[in-house]
Amino acid sequence: MRRFRPSLTWLGLLPFAAFVILFLFAPTMKIVFGAFQRADGSFTFENIAGLFTPSILSSYWISIKISVASSALGCLVGFLMAAAVILGGLPKGIRSPLLTFSGVASNFAGVPLAFAFLATLGPLGLVTVFLKTQFGINLRAMGFNILSFWGLTITYLFFQIPLMILIITPAIDGLKREWREAAQVLGATGAQYWRMVALPILFPSILGTFALLFANAFGAVATAIALTGSSLNIVPIMLFAQIRGDVLGNPHLGYAMALGMIVVTATANVIYIWLRLRAERWLK
Amino acid sequence: MKKFAAWAILLLGVTYFVLPLIGMTEFSLSMRRGEYSFDAYAKVLADPQFRQTFGYSVIMSLMTIAVGVLLVVPTAFWVQLRLPQIRPLIEFITLLPLVIPAIVTVFGYIRLYNTSSWLPLTGSLWGTNFLLLMGYSTLSLPYMYRAVDTGLRAIDVRTLTEAAQSLGAGWVLILARVIMPNVLVAVLSGAFVTFAIVMGEFTMAALLNRPAFGPYLQLMGANKAYEPFALAVIAFAITWACMGLFQLVTRFSKHTKAAG
Repeated sequence: MRRFRPSLTWLGLLPFAAFVILFLFAPTMKIVFGAFQRADGSFTFENIAGLFTPSILSSYWISIKISVASSALGCLVGFLMAAAVILGGLPKGIRSPLLTFSGVASNFAGVPLAFAFLATLGPLGLVTVFLKTQFGINLRAMGFNILSFWGLTITYLFFQIPLMILIITPAIDGLKREWREAAQVLGATGAQYWRMVALPILFPSILGTFALLFANAFGAVATAIALTGSSLNIVPIMLFAQIRGDVLGNPHLGYAMALGMIVVTATANVIYIWLRLRAERWLK
Repeated sequence: MKKFAAWAILLLGVTYFVLPLIGMTEFSLSMRRGEYSFDAYAKVLADPQFRQTFGYSVIMSLMTIAVGVLLVVPTAFWVQLRLPQIRPLIEFITLLPLVIPAIVTVFGYIRLYNTSSWLPLTGSLWGTNFLLLMGYSTLSLPYMYRAVDTGLRAIDVRTLTEAAQSLGAGWVLILARVIMPNVLVAVLSGAFVTFAIVMGEFTMAALLNRPAFGPYLQLMGANKAYEPFALAVIAFAITWACMGLFQLVTRFSKHTKAAG
């Protein structure tokens, strides 16, 4: 009887294991292996090599640039907003609504978000029209276009900033009053305290969140498609078109593109987890 | 000075977040020339395709929540009770859907379960719906698992289980009558996030060709002038309601914990 107990215990995980294997691992593995196969199933590096063509490389490059820009700005603005509300001496009542709103806004991605920004910064958008009629500033003539690198970056910030606020708020809360007092006793100015005490402590959290935001932006499909259609060649849009209609003319090149996406987001997440573990040492 | 800077930062940030919301609301109301009206909303609500896709997504959301509960509650309970040593592994697995982009997962589905494969799920309507449901369940897994796991940690699972067992209860009875009521608040908070995610999801439904709300939104955006913005306002209201309820439930659970 005793010999059977361990196996029975593991049996309790069967439904979960079956679900995860069938609908998470196996499909991902299919993509990973497919990236190294020819149509007849034989092993090859041709697909990976196929990624290094100008059009695909440039799509990765644009994707990475948008992700870096939107996560860097997201981190900066999110940090400033969180710090302003927590440390800036603002009324206590602001904090809770800000966090609630961040929870909503970080989930308000996808197609509706694209519409919101089209209505604001698009050719006939609220801000575009307002600037034109009130100040004579023509955004279009200045080279701004919502269907562009900066247009997409500004749109992504709508879910990037709130995510930063949500993650960094506990970290800023974790800064102990004693550290500041100790620094002051030793004669540090406010700027010195931030440069030599607070920021080094927060640095792993900030950098880790940056990695998370990066992966978040890199994998965003719906917003990009609804906003730009297919006018901007970023990786998710290209992969979407490839899955729909094999636009690259080689099904296995699609596998390689998807593998590239996994590699990029996985790397970003590993960095996030590693830095988070480091950050937690201080914030207990 | 510091206070001034703090206010300035906050106001700039708030402006950035409020303008798009005003922009989309303003557009959604401007279908009639020269005056505000709810024409776009009336048009949208009267569209049979809106009702179909909206209804489809609501049903899919509820089913995703059901699958999530049936899958996550027993697993998290079992791990807590019998296999605490593998908890980090399970936690890691449940976070994987945040790492693997949805577009990659669904790409895998299409290739793995196509009509010429060992399990031709995409060959039938029923199978494709099932596949989409499973896809949604993976998307909700990180949120559902974390919510339930936090809920389970707050109660004494071992004592409750042993008490129930000594009264003669079986596993199903323990889960349904003892564990579930205790983690109901946690399950609810996971359910609201799941609902918000599934209602707005675009990629999986579009690539599996199912008539969900997300692809419908995108289609309207490409073809209509004012209706998309009315739809965006509706979608934002849904997200807002779900996340508001989520916060409410979370806060409520903290209160009960403090009282108990």
